[in-house]
Amino acid sequence: MSRVTKFAARDPGPGARMAGFVAHLRANGLRLGVGETGIALDALTHIDAANPHDTRRALKSVFTGCAEEAAQFDGLFDSFWMNGGRVKTRVTPTAKPSESENVHSNREAHADADRNTGAGEVSTPDGGEGEAEADGEGKLVATDVTNLFKKDLRELVRPEDIAAAEKIALRLGAALRDRRSRRRKAARKGDQIHFRKVMRQSLATGGEPIVLPKRQRPDRTLRITAICDVSGSMTVYSRIFLAFLAGLMRADPRADAYLFHTRLVRITEALRDKDALRALARLSLLAEGFAGGSKIAESLDRFAGTYGRRFVDNRTVVMILSDGYDTASPEGMSEALARLKKRGCKIIWLNPLKGWDGYAPTARAMAGALPYLDLFRAANTLDDLAALETELARL
Amino acid sequence: MTWTTLQTAMADQGYIASGDLAMALHLSLSLGRPLLLEGAAGVGKTEVARVLAAVQDTQLIRLQCYEGLDAAQAIYEWNYQRQLLAIRAASEDGETGKTVEARIFSDEFLLERPLLKAIRQDKAPVLLIDEIDRADEEFEAYLLEILSEFQITIPEMGTIKATTHPIVILTANGTRDLSDALRRRCLYAHVPYPDHETELSILVTRYPDITDRLCAQIVGFVQALRKQELEKKPGIAEMLDFAAALMGLGVADLTADPAILQATLTTLLKTQMDRDAIPTEIAQRLAGKAA
Repeated sequence: MSRVTKFAARDPGPGARMAGFVAHLRANGLRLGVGETGIALDALTHIDAANPHDTRRALKSVFTGCAEEAAQFDGLFDSFWMNGGRVKTRVTPTAKPSESENVHSNREAHADADRNTGAGEVSTPDGGEGEAEADGEGKLVATDVTNLFKKDLRELVRPEDIAAAEKIALRLGAALRDRRSRRRKAARKGDQIHFRKVMRQSLATGGEPIVLPKRQRPDRTLRITAICDVSGSMTVYSRIFLAFLAGLMRADPRADAYLFHTRLVRITEALRDKDALRALARLSLLAEGFAGGSKIAESLDRFAGTYGRRFVDNRTVVMILSDGYDTASPEGMSEALARLKKRGCKIIWLNPLKGWDGYAPTARAMAGALPYLDLFRAANTLDDLAALETELARL
Repeated sequence: MTWTTLQTAMADQGYIASGDLAMALHLSLSLGRPLLLEGAAGVGKTEVARVLAAVQDTQLIRLQCYEGLDAAQAIYEWNYQRQLLAIRAASEDGETGKTVEARIFSDEFLLERPLLKAIRQDKAPVLLIDEIDRADEEFEAYLLEILSEFQITIPEMGTIKATTHPIVILTANGTRDLSDALRRRCLYAHVPYPDHETELSILVTRYPDITDRLCAQIVGFVQALRKQELEKKPGIAEMLDFAAALMGLGVADLTADPAILQATLTTLLKTQMDRDAIPTEIAQRLAGKAA
């Protein structure tokens, strides 16, 4: 085992090395807490720790938590323990959301976005198409031509619109209910007898069940996550959609909103600003590149891989507001939506073009998306959005 | 017991475990932590628990998860019908309220469901929580509490502490993503489709009297089939069914009769689309290569 990494003599011992390894794993995107280090050291006492293969297997089962991590682990293990660490190994870039799981501020979303535009582009291809590309020699990397059309959204959206949208958003939110539960809870009216309560209450009447409490499937609200396309082709409709988003954020404290053109930006916090106009001002800052091109599939894929993993579950409705004009292949779109769908959410696509006479989803990306949509509707005015209420209730 | 002895013990029970899996199981046993097994359907995740129970010579308690699984189905429920009868009987006998209450909320009237049953055994059982990703988040949270404390609180009776800590195995096949909290509590092993060698030994272990030639053909064919674009790739159970079907029909050579091969494909391909994707010519080509 000549390949085993030689640690410096002043190295304080196995505990510190393990801590170093955990730090190494964390730096590569594995989400590990303090507890795992202890478990790992404990695990090593149960095996032959001098055998690198055993150690690798043991640490793998302790430190990994999903298939991707398990696949990544061997390389990371080698680079730390097997002298691979000498050479600066390529850090496999995975599109990661910001590290702090519990802090959701738009600052972080912004920083996240910044990371992709900076010079770091070479080492962080967020399309995920891989290392080969990142490593290629002489590959020209376009300096992200963020077409900084600085648009002031305040010119686009009027406060009256927001107030109107708020009402609509409230009604839509109420219409979306999850009725799938097989759980039942005590309720005034219900389809089953709540036996536990019957027992309790019949004790008072000497075992005679006089009142029969009922139980019912609980109605749960669904969370709305709206993703709005603000590319050039959507400019005409942006006014409506942004007003809707602003209204939604103010009406429903659990809703979540994102913008995308060539990048994806989380705008939830910005839109929650108490002053509607100031919210839009903050949004303008975030939405640099507004009215430029769009990368729908890529943005959706990025969403599925980052924010989606934290905020989307089976009680979420993902609402995509976009015209579906994307130059990328339809496969990309299908994959991104399939990935999102796997989280168990419902996906609604509101396409302003669908309102046109004789519109068919021929944009290739749109055609690829269709199989994954629970609802595909037209919407280009606030009234259209309001009309969705009945459809959503049926979802 | 080291992980290699565990691996051989499992092989004696007819389960060929990969090194990674055997190590994860060994650690799960020695550290007393739950083990999360992930992998496609049909790679033998559930079987691991059954074999482990046999190796440990203990009981297997299984909880099959589904959407809407609740505490009454997973942990405990009171036997309401008996309670009602008991209350009526008590009032006829003139028992007082206090004694009735103590009696009807006692062990006698408690229906144990898998989780409660698992922590009340004299000998630590293997608790298999199958397809955890089908249960909803509420249940996952419930489970977290039980897995870390090994105690269950019943309001009418108080807290029941585990007499023994069960060996917990969870399985998932990616219907939805599990919470990080649950993943962190568990050791993890990914169970892939077996490689060629492993699958050969699985087949030979199960059907010792199979001929070497047919055995190699079957495994080669199934392995090639998994590389095709299929909706549902054939798992190990399907492969064994396929072998059983061929042996039952007295087939000695896979390429001999295209009609029989096509007919026995029903054991491997379970959707119409997959059947259409593998017409006779492709099946023959794959079988020819496998030989």
